[in-house]
Amino acid sequence: MSMPFYVSPEQIIKDKADYARKGIARGRSVIVLQYQGGILFVAENPSRALHKISEIYDRIGFAAVGKYNEFENLRVAGVRLADMRGYAYDRRDVTGRSLANAYAQTLGTIFTETPKPFEVEIVVAEVGSTMAEDQLYRLMFDGSVADEHGYVAMGGSAEAISGGLAEGWSEGLGLAEALRLAVGLLGRFGAETERTLPSGQLEVAVLDRSRPRRTFSRITGSRLDELLA
Amino acid sequence: MTNPSLPPAYLAAGSASFVDFLAALSPELLPSARAGSMASSRISRPAGVPGDAPSGSEIAPHGTTIVALRGDFGAVMAGDRRATMGNFIAQRDIEKVFAADDHSVIGIAGTAGLAVELVRLFQVELEHYEKIETVPLSLDGKANRLAALLRGNLGMAMQGLAVVPLLAGYDLDRGRGRIFSYDVTGGRYEEHDFYAVGSGSMFARGSMKKLYRPGASADEAISVALEALYDAADDDSATGGPDLARRIFPSVTVVDASGVREVPEAVVEQAVTMIVQARMTRPDGPVAPMNGAVPGDPAGQAGAR
Repeated sequence: MSMPFYVSPEQIIKDKADYARKGIARGRSVIVLQYQGGILFVAENPSRALHKISEIYDRIGFAAVGKYNEFENLRVAGVRLADMRGYAYDRRDVTGRSLANAYAQTLGTIFTETPKPFEVEIVVAEVGSTMAEDQLYRLMFDGSVADEHGYVAMGGSAEAISGGLAEGWSEGLGLAEALRLAVGLLGRFGAETERTLPSGQLEVAVLDRSRPRRTFSRITGSRLDELLA
Repeated sequence: MTNPSLPPAYLAAGSASFVDFLAALSPELLPSARAGSMASSRISRPAGVPGDAPSGSEIAPHGTTIVALRGDFGAVMAGDRRATMGNFIAQRDIEKVFAADDHSVIGIAGTAGLAVELVRLFQVELEHYEKIETVPLSLDGKANRLAALLRGNLGMAMQGLAVVPLLAGYDLDRGRGRIFSYDVTGGRYEEHDFYAVGSGSMFARGSMKKLYRPGASADEAISVALEALYDAADDDSATGGPDLARRIFPSVTVVDASGVREVPEAVVEQAVTMIVQARMTRPDGPVAPMNGAVPGDPAGQAGAR
């Protein structure tokens, strides 16, 4: 009878985490940041059909990096959870916090119990009636959650972009300023060489505080060009 | 509070229909869930038979008249604000016209409780599809989903608790307004120019038949809708007329290329007040012209809108 090699639990966890991190680092970056009128999502994404940014519910948005099929799976689950909750209780009872918790538990279970962890990183954002009530939850591949303030960068060049956001972001930013900051940083750190990203390479959406009921809206076409000009 | 991870059903690949998801996971939340239990307990007592159990219209509030008109601009839907239970008024200011999504409106007649629940489910169904698929359903798709929801209510309808919706929307592909009516079995019918449902619908339809003009603008369609509701209330005791004392007026919604918008109450009040004024001199309302000329109205004033 052959004996399997002993691998310590620490090593298993470390290997899985390295695997997931590598997968996430391969993808292009996504930035989620607060601006005066709400929460802005900016992703470098040439596809018009395969979204990295989505609506979950009235005041809740979703952004993800990593493997598309895995975060799409989580996104659909989030929409189902939110709609189910809103239908069974009331629309106001659907919160970003409960969704972030559900994602955290799910990602944690998948990380520990399956041989292959999800290669994803997610932001669940909820826009409040004031900037102080906005919530940004960042979820890692292993189910760990961080409650962020101001901005989050995920994906390949997350660290460098976060550095740029720390310098450039402030509470008073308007939509156009916030958008230009994010697009500038994606262009500067998103690839080996610095580029200017054309609007066709961008996926942009907001949770607009002033809109009634469904606050999520995509910014495309001429409106996007106007804001970037 | 516990924070369980997402159950497998949430993570499974499946349809973009919320109703299907609900039916698989929590069927007790579906409006049709109560049909079975009701049917088995009351099946031997057909509702509405004299000397028998009270009929459906007497045990629960019923909504009354909804009208809709369409044109190239889009469509207008309006409803009176009364709910009745047998011979008494259950509510004076009930809301029976709702935005189903960005480009469609739904109005309901029949058992109010069931109808409101159906509307809520329909709204979630449309929004759910739009979020999962990232594009909205076509207007025909929406009309078909509503028919599917209605089918589940047939058992209740047989016992006098019918729900009769009316759907109007702007078809973005065809660039015009469209109206769909339904029967209690879920039958779906597209209507040409205008339609009405509910207890006062016969009178409203007669009124619209005389006043509707193909190619009507949104404003014209709104005033025809309000005239039709006035005529419905005039001859149907279950339809509420404008309540000037309490300032309760019909709810009016317009759907066009730019989306759904509720006509502000102040605008409706003004239009209704003008109608009431005109009816002071001619209680039966405007006269439709006959072959371009109206007897006894040489100036051709009547009917000119």
